[in-house]
Amino acid sequence: MTLSRIAPYLQATPLTAILAAFLVLPIATIVMVSFWDYDSIQIFPAFVFTNYEESLTSPVTWSTYLNTLKYTVIVWAVTLLIGFWVAYYLAFHIRSATMQMVLFLVCTIPFLTSNIIRMISWIPFLGRNGLLNQTLMTMGLIDRPLEFLLFSDFAVVLAMVHLYTLFMVTPIFNTLMRIDRALIEAARDAGANGFQILTNVIIPLAKPGIAIGSIFVVTLVMGDFITVRFMSGGQSASVGLMMANQIALLQYPAAAANAVILLVLVLLLVGAILRIVNIRKEL
Amino acid sequence: MNSERRGPGFYVLTAFFVLFVLFLYGPMTTIFILSFQGPNGGLTFPMNGVSLRWFENLLFEQQAVGDFGGAFSRSLMLGIMTMLTTVVVSLLAGLAFRRRFLGAGPLFYLAIASLIVPSILISLGIGLAFNVFGLEPAWYSSGFGAHLTWTLPFGLLIMFAVFNRFNPAYEEAARDLGATPWQTFAHVVLPIILPSLIGVGLFGFTLSYDEFARTLMTSGSFNTLPLEIYGMTTNVTTPVLYALGTVTTVFSMAVILLALAVIAVLRKRRARRLAG
Repeated sequence: MTLSRIAPYLQATPLTAILAAFLVLPIATIVMVSFWDYDSIQIFPAFVFTNYEESLTSPVTWSTYLNTLKYTVIVWAVTLLIGFWVAYYLAFHIRSATMQMVLFLVCTIPFLTSNIIRMISWIPFLGRNGLLNQTLMTMGLIDRPLEFLLFSDFAVVLAMVHLYTLFMVTPIFNTLMRIDRALIEAARDAGANGFQILTNVIIPLAKPGIAIGSIFVVTLVMGDFITVRFMSGGQSASVGLMMANQIALLQYPAAAANAVILLVLVLLLVGAILRIVNIRKEL
Repeated sequence: MNSERRGPGFYVLTAFFVLFVLFLYGPMTTIFILSFQGPNGGLTFPMNGVSLRWFENLLFEQQAVGDFGGAFSRSLMLGIMTMLTTVVVSLLAGLAFRRRFLGAGPLFYLAIASLIVPSILISLGIGLAFNVFGLEPAWYSSGFGAHLTWTLPFGLLIMFAVFNRFNPAYEEAARDLGATPWQTFAHVVLPIILPSLIGVGLFGFTLSYDEFARTLMTSGSFNTLPLEIYGMTTNVTTPVLYALGTVTTVFSMAVILLALAVIAVLRKRRARRLAG
């Protein structure tokens, strides 16, 4: 009897140990180092607030955070719109379970391939001499190549939507599949039209999935730096990119202070989403 | 519902879905085609002839920068290590969460936190921790741990989904027939959840194989493949970049299809056994 009593503890130990060593400890280190001091060669233990002070009093930081929030809001809205309708189509319009599975896998497979390659693959499409510009010029819609397509905010948002929409599709699809079809029948019998069924039955029941998808997308975009660096061609800033640059300059305490601020902001956003929607029954 | 006629909504949404799939696969197809660019071709259309020149260049010639072979074998090894660890650790944790235990709540929230803490924070944190403790970061130590913080929560969530649908009557039946806990696990539970474990393994491998941000500060002195590819984007201006993209994507696709095929075969065999 004792063995079965301690079994769950033994089984949970590897996960606990790995998360303690590679999640808790590193974040504790970040918090610690954010109070350290540094010069151009090295970092050294101290207890100073200068890293936070410099970061929070600099207008560059504020505009960088604003820019990151701008990306977050736009990408969130677009992925939610696309993700909901894709999930809705798969859940309610595809009638055979096999077809549902196949189409869902078609959406999932790109997610399992390299993000960097998926970003690179926009270059021949959006570039100055890219497919889109060539097509538009052949069709006579424009007479000069559009410059804003690649290396711009537009490109950043497009690539993020491309990379992250699946994180919206999967949880929403999951909740939609669990909706009891009898509820929809009942609404229809009670005289509701398609739009009323959508807004009064389906969307309220899909809220937990929408919340989980939103948490994924918001945290991914808030911490992103590679998409911003690559797709904006170094012309736009994000918090992650600012940290990556500080890391490259070996200003670890400054990067750590920014990391702490970013983490607090992300947790506040996640907390706000969880206050609006209760996702507990989803897990 | 099957007898219903398709409304106009169906056709609008079908068109929307097709556009979405084109959006997902279109750019990938473009670089796939462009990687067969002729020897004098550039990074954009038109195709200047068709050749295998850039694949040859990638696979058999010394690159001005980078080490494709070394990076690939490191990423492959790291992916396999991450896959095996993710499968074993998430299975064990999944089993643990089937029962009550002290600290189950905090551990669950910790796993979720691991999913929502931005990748660059994990990267910076592990890099700094190794630095503070005077350890040398390397892809097989710090990089490995960084990847696990991303793959384990996914594995755990999949195990939750599996065990929520798992019918405990099978285990009770085995116990009633006199099976030991180990026999129950090995002969009853494991065969039933095997397809899902392969799914967990697939996630573990591909997420690790493609991970960039978490490897950035944790890989030490040798690059993994995504870091190598990123390095190439700033230096390489020939279609060899696309050849590399095609090769790694084809490799990822092969791994995914292999895993899906194994899952399909296991499901079919089980269905046949249950029927016979």
